[in-house]
Amino acid sequence: MSGAGSFKKWITSRKVQQVLIVIGFSLIPVALLMIFTYIPFGEMVKFSFYKMKYTTPVQNRQYVGLRNYMDVFRRKDCFGALKLSLFYMVGALVQLVLALYLATILSFKVKGGNFFKGVMFFPYLISGIAIGFIFKFFFTRGFVLDTVLQWCGFNLADLPYWLKDQRVNNWSLVFTSVWRYFGQNMVLFIGAIMSVDSELYEAASLDGANKMQQFRYIILPSIKTIVTLNIILSITGSLSAFEPPYVITDGANGTGTYFVIMNRIAHTSQKVGLASAMAIVLLLIIFICTILQKLFFKYVFRDADSEDESYKAKKARLKAEKAAKKAAAAGGAK
Amino acid sequence: MDKTVKTYKPVKAKKTYTPTQCVWGFLKYFSLCFFGFIALLPIVSCVITAFKSDKEYQSTSVMTLPKNWLNFSNFVSAFTKANMGRAFFNSLIVMVVVLGVSVIIGSQLAFVLNRFKFPGNKLIRNLFFFASLLPAVAMQVSVYNIMGKLGFINHLYGYIIMMCGTDVISIYLFIQFMENIPVSLDESAIMDGASYWTIYWKIILPLLKPAIVTSCILKGVSVYNEYYCANLYLQSPDVRTLATSLYVFVGPMGSKYNLICAGVIISFLPALIVFILFQKQIYSGIATGAVKG
Repeated sequence: MSGAGSFKKWITSRKVQQVLIVIGFSLIPVALLMIFTYIPFGEMVKFSFYKMKYTTPVQNRQYVGLRNYMDVFRRKDCFGALKLSLFYMVGALVQLVLALYLATILSFKVKGGNFFKGVMFFPYLISGIAIGFIFKFFFTRGFVLDTVLQWCGFNLADLPYWLKDQRVNNWSLVFTSVWRYFGQNMVLFIGAIMSVDSELYEAASLDGANKMQQFRYIILPSIKTIVTLNIILSITGSLSAFEPPYVITDGANGTGTYFVIMNRIAHTSQKVGLASAMAIVLLLIIFICTILQKLFFKYVFRDADSEDESYKAKKARLKAEKAAKKAAAAGGAK
Repeated sequence: MDKTVKTYKPVKAKKTYTPTQCVWGFLKYFSLCFFGFIALLPIVSCVITAFKSDKEYQSTSVMTLPKNWLNFSNFVSAFTKANMGRAFFNSLIVMVVVLGVSVIIGSQLAFVLNRFKFPGNKLIRNLFFFASLLPAVAMQVSVYNIMGKLGFINHLYGYIIMMCGTDVISIYLFIQFMENIPVSLDESAIMDGASYWTIYWKIILPLLKPAIVTSCILKGVSVYNEYYCANLYLQSPDVRTLATSLYVFVGPMGSKYNLICAGVIISFLPALIVFILFQKQIYSGIATGAVKG
């Protein structure tokens, strides 16, 4: 009787309850994290030293040392594919400027603003495969794009094959990526601009500041962080560009980005070792980029603080900066 | 609202615009129309084509409007060919379970990490942070092997468990949000003799509601549109999701765009309806998710 009583007392004591709740609440998420991230990560490192297929039994796997890594740099189709990232980087910058421009317009009173915002945002909600079909159709010879360009006076014979011609096909793919994401970026910037105190605009227009000045001195400083962050994120994003070529051309005609090639090597040719080595090389590059970006935030950004920054802008910036660091972490997950 | 408009209108009408304002005004609407047109064009062309019969599709230019706007035969045949009823049901199950589970386990973990000091707290945070740096596509090279070993391939539950496990953003969101919930609330509840479970369930979870909405929106969009893993792990026809059901059209049917467009439209119709109904929440979810996530 007293044993049961003391057990009950022990189990309900704060200390024990804390331990129970900590274990109980973190067990499942941490286990899932291990199973789907860290164990595969460890396996991947191991695979990268072997020549193997998914179906190869463990004892038949052939240890090849660093040969897979050497192949990543030696094979023409592997590391060279990273230069396609430049296209996506340019696209990401265009997307950013466009999103910022449209966000500035839509943050002020505009007729039909909500309609335009919705129209530009909606592509973000369409799945990758659907986008693949839409743009295969869009770019097919004589179809949507060609027809519209013919309306504008172009001659069909002068137009390139948008997805086959190696001079333009990567730009076509970058265009689809911009088409899909600029609305989302815009909504993000509108959110940031809206969080600026509206009194600032009123005060500015009372003082006779025009729209350009308002943009330069009120909007830009307050969203500086989120813009910089997006620029930096677009670098890692472009290195891992995958979707547009995967769903539209499947990497044909020189559109295969690093990940598209890696995906093909892993799941079509089943060279798991080589694919793992490719994945790890890119992970290292992304990791280095992330560290550089952290350093960039720590030093460059802090020194760039100007003295005349208004109190409100400063407060908003500090808040955004703190949040941005977290966003950097979460954004990498994409 | 109406009254102010009425009283101010005559004043506004008399207002003269400077040339710069005119130029800015023109530029503003011109850009909106231009980029709005670009955003709409691929979708509109899809809608036009989806209503055309085979004969019409082959004989007319893609941008010619269909003769009969009530020709739903493409939609019906796309729906049956791609087995989209089943796919829609599968997507719904995946979404409901994944959202439910990740809200519960995500908020629980965030609660523990935010409210208790214990050895390993920092370690768990760092593990999650580092995991968020790993690109999903690259990880699938070896996750595929694990999924095979666990027997999760071609089972809806396997895919669901995997999707619950790769969730970092909502945990960040919850921790961020929880920092603003005063600890004094917990303390007074403890005074009243509440257990930690009660504190989590009765105090923290209800207060987290805005963060939960945001995370459901962000996660919902990504789960609904996820196709890479779905395609990798859900190959057999009866477990396909709405996004991957469209793969039926790859191959022999690859040039029947009137049919394909109909399928594409069906696949994004649910998203369109939800978007129109919950526009405001979705915008604010995207904006706060990016800032706070």
